Amino acid sequence: MSADEIKHAGLNLQHADPMTHEKAGAGIFGFWVFLMSDAVLFALLFATYGVMLRGTAGGPVPHEVYEMKSAFIETLILLASSFTFGLASLAMKYEHKQHQLQAWLGVTLLLGLLFIGWEFHDFASMAAKGEVPSRSGYLSAFFALVSTHLLHVTAGCIWAVVMIAKIRTFGLDARVKINVLRLGLFWHFLDIIWVGIFSVVYLQGLA
Amino acid sequence: MDQQHAYRRQLRTYAIGFVSALVLTCAAFATVRFHLAPPQTAIGIVFALGLVQIVVHFRFFLHIDLERSARDDLQLILFSTLITLLMVGGTLVILANLHHRMM
Amino acid sequence: MVHGAWFWLLGRIDLDSFAFVRAWREPSLDRLIAAGAAAMVVLGAIAAFAIITRMRKWRYLWENWFTSLDHKKIGILYIALSGVMLTRAVIEAVLMRMQQAVAVNQPGIVKPEHFGELFSTHGSIMIFFMAMPFLIGLINYVMPLQIGARDVAFPLLNSVSLWMTVGGAVLMMASLVIGKFSTGGWSGYPPYTEMAFNSGVGPDYWIWAVTLSSLGTMMTGINFAVTIYKSRAPGMHLFRMPLFCWTSLCVSILMIFAMPPLTVATALLALDRYLDFHFFTNDLGGNMMNYANLFWLFGHPEVYILILPAFGVYSEVISTFSSKRLYGYRSLVYATMAIAVLSFTVWLHHFFTMGQNADINAFFGVATMTIGIPTGVKVYDWILTMYRGRVRFTVPMLFSIAFIVTFVIGGMSGIMLAVPPLDYVVHNTLFLVAHFHNMLIPGLLYGMIAGYQFWFPKAFGFRLDERWGRIAFGCWVSGFYLAFMPLYVLGAMGMPRRMAGVFQSEYLPWLLVAAVGGFLVLAGLVALFVQLWVSIRRREEASVPVGDPWDARSLEWGIAAPPPEYNFAHIPDIETRDPFYAAKEHGTAYDPPRHYDDIEMPKNSKVGPLLGIAGAACAFGLVWYIWWLAAAAFVAIWGVVIARSFVRDIYKTIPAAEVAREHQRWLSQVAAARGIPRELETTPANQGLAEGAAA
Repeated sequence: MSADEIKHAGLNLQHADPMTHEKAGAGIFGFWVFLMSDAVLFALLFATYGVMLRGTAGGPVPHEVYEMKSAFIETLILLASSFTFGLASLAMKYEHKQHQLQAWLGVTLLLGLLFIGWEFHDFASMAAKGEVPSRSGYLSAFFALVSTHLLHVTAGCIWAVVMIAKIRTFGLDARVKINVLRLGLFWHFLDIIWVGIFSVVYLQGLA
Repeated sequence: MDQQHAYRRQLRTYAIGFVSALVLTCAAFATVRFHLAPPQTAIGIVFALGLVQIVVHFRFFLHIDLERSARDDLQLILFSTLITLLMVGGTLVILANLHHRMM
Repeated sequence: MVHGAWFWLLGRIDLDSFAFVRAWREPSLDRLIAAGAAAMVVLGAIAAFAIITRMRKWRYLWENWFTSLDHKKIGILYIALSGVMLTRAVIEAVLMRMQQAVAVNQPGIVKPEHFGELFSTHGSIMIFFMAMPFLIGLINYVMPLQIGARDVAFPLLNSVSLWMTVGGAVLMMASLVIGKFSTGGWSGYPPYTEMAFNSGVGPDYWIWAVTLSSLGTMMTGINFAVTIYKSRAPGMHLFRMPLFCWTSLCVSILMIFAMPPLTVATALLALDRYLDFHFFTNDLGGNMMNYANLFWLFGHPEVYILILPAFGVYSEVISTFSSKRLYGYRSLVYATMAIAVLSFTVWLHHFFTMGQNADINAFFGVATMTIGIPTGVKVYDWILTMYRGRVRFTVPMLFSIAFIVTFVIGGMSGIMLAVPPLDYVVHNTLFLVAHFHNMLIPGLLYGMIAGYQFWFPKAFGFRLDERWGRIAFGCWVSGFYLAFMPLYVLGAMGMPRRMAGVFQSEYLPWLLVAAVGGFLVLAGLVALFVQLWVSIRRREEASVPVGDPWDARSLEWGIAAPPPEYNFAHIPDIETRDPFYAAKEHGTAYDPPRHYDDIEMPKNSKVGPLLGIAGAACAFGLVWYIWWLAAAAFVAIWGVVIARSFVRDIYKTIPAAEVAREHQRWLSQVAAARGIPRELETTPANQGLAEGAAA
């Protein structure tokens, strides 16, 4: 049972010698610290959004700008991708089968790309209506917050591609495993940020 | 055999997390979509559901809980929450006050 | 068409961008000074390049220093960078003091625009490129040794942080030669720094230099925090760590949480300037007050990032040179933590006058005064550590004592400023300038100098010259009082800060005194360089190879000076606080370990310097609108990062036999050395072995 005990948050490495555990501990903990720093960055973008909500400058206001259907679908896509990443982690931990891990990573990647595409589509239709960041402080804050999240998702997708390449190159060595765990933390973290975005930005705006 | 058992247990964790997150999301969207409450209350409900969902994500996807030995991470998250609340709360209070007095 | 191609290739750069060309076309005193500064940068760079090439040291530098992941070397490079930047910023300070002294009812020597650049670069450099590298360098060198680690948790990240900071510093230096720096002060408040009022490159230089430095700092914070959490030697509980490690831990936590607000503030300002967003503009719903809020959410914790490491240094220095255990260790730890948390609750006192209501001001005023309590606890603890100790007045100790006195004065004026009504009166006057220099010079710079003098023998194996150290001390302290006490008076008389000239003749005597003080401070800096020069020349007679010149207490003194790459031949087991001192008392300090093991250390890596170059290039491209350069450098950054993640051969093994050989050679040096009593520590008799330990 002790080998199964969670030594650090996320998924435990299995059959690893204590030394690897120790290094994994520092690597994962360091990444947690980075995520918290990133969380503060997002928190301040949220706060700025809250402040700038009043700065519509006679331009569009939130409930004219947002579309509920779009936001809902994006939410579902991202949530599903979080689940598929979970399946990828489990494949890595229990199956020792690279192709299954790769397959779930691939599905997650596709969902991520779908999310990016959908948001670009949203932004494009907003721009067509003249709802661009230069129109007002409120729209600036909206675009800054949501695009920062979008950039993070994009980075996550690139990382996933690199990850798959690494699995193909090295197989599942300790460093690859730690890296998959880190990518997992990152991916789930972005989903949490999105929960904040659909609650604070979209639903508050539409309520 | 033990492996198989552990695998199923963890798979179940993810599934529970996924389903509860899904339910919470739908509840939040439904509240606003079908005007189940007056706007201010609806916003309150949405924020509350959002907070619960964040806890669900932490618990089932990131495996942060009270019992296991992930205490370092939990402390880190709680401290970050404190700092975040100070910063966000402070920002909103100060700038709302300035807005109120200057506009 | 030609213009289009030119812009595509070189962006906004034209002939008038160069300080030399501007001085050639209109040779006024102001422009000649600017050209002189640019010449110093260019000639300095050429001279350094020529000397290194002539001595054929490029390969040596690249292989042994620039690509090294050794935390000790990275620390030393940080401090070297800090020394260069300190020199520039002190010269600027003297220039500003001269300007104000001669510009009473006169035009003075520099134009207002140039004066604006001077105070902006002076502030930005002192904070981001002098203070931060200095304290990060010191922590880098000392902290892993004190907790019994072989390196920091992420050695490569450490190197990347260093080179990002260097990239930012290069940008600061480039702004002297090409283009002009911001005139918006170190805090860069919009809307003044927005496109509408400042469409030149100045604010962009500021934004990207600061961004590079803050990214590096955030990564450093993560690195140090994880190191302290995860890499301590067995038995080194948190409450057995030296106080310097505690302050390092709190500082790294502050870095982790305080850097994001700065990143957000500068990034949003950049969006405003580059992509026509409206966060802080006057029109279309912008809200410049949010910038002040975001900036000081960073800015206040930053103050404690600057001051806490110095508190750590003083704790070590005072305890060592009083030959006593640190008084009130636990209270010092809790005070440090209290300061770290409270520092997030006081940011509004930087803008009491912005217009929020009295209740909010009162809350933040009280919170600000609260910080005085843990700080007071610390001051008493240090005094009580000295009480009944056998205090030796060495150079680090002199700086520590000067700190206590001076810092308390600065703290008093801080409590005055924490009262909102009083702050309304002296806001934006020289009173404030006097206050924060009064906090930061003793609370940061003296501490860094004390730490540098204290640990220098550990890093290089020989002591610094005592006489020149005392001369430097005399200049720094008297210079400080002469330069800044008059500013309190001037502030109370109503003189605003950042004035290129004034029309009140009654200010003149005070400004003259302050200018004299400025020159004395410069003399102090020169004395430090002379001290270094003299010490290097006399290094044979001042050498302390055994490594414990001050009869000190913590782990780092129990190894050779300079320490081997892997720090400890054998990672010690810790059973108490001040483990090395305890070992000396038991006579076990220099016992050989039972066996030696192979040691795994990180290999050198080019990634750090490459990312630094690419980061600086990207920033330079953004400043001047050279889009191809910015894009290429950006891609290069991520290309390098991804390529590096495919490298597997990153460790080298130092065989046990080699470790044993080196360690035994040092042990024989220990056996051959003669232990000396504490009174002789500043004489050539000091070989780094304390009398008690030798017995």
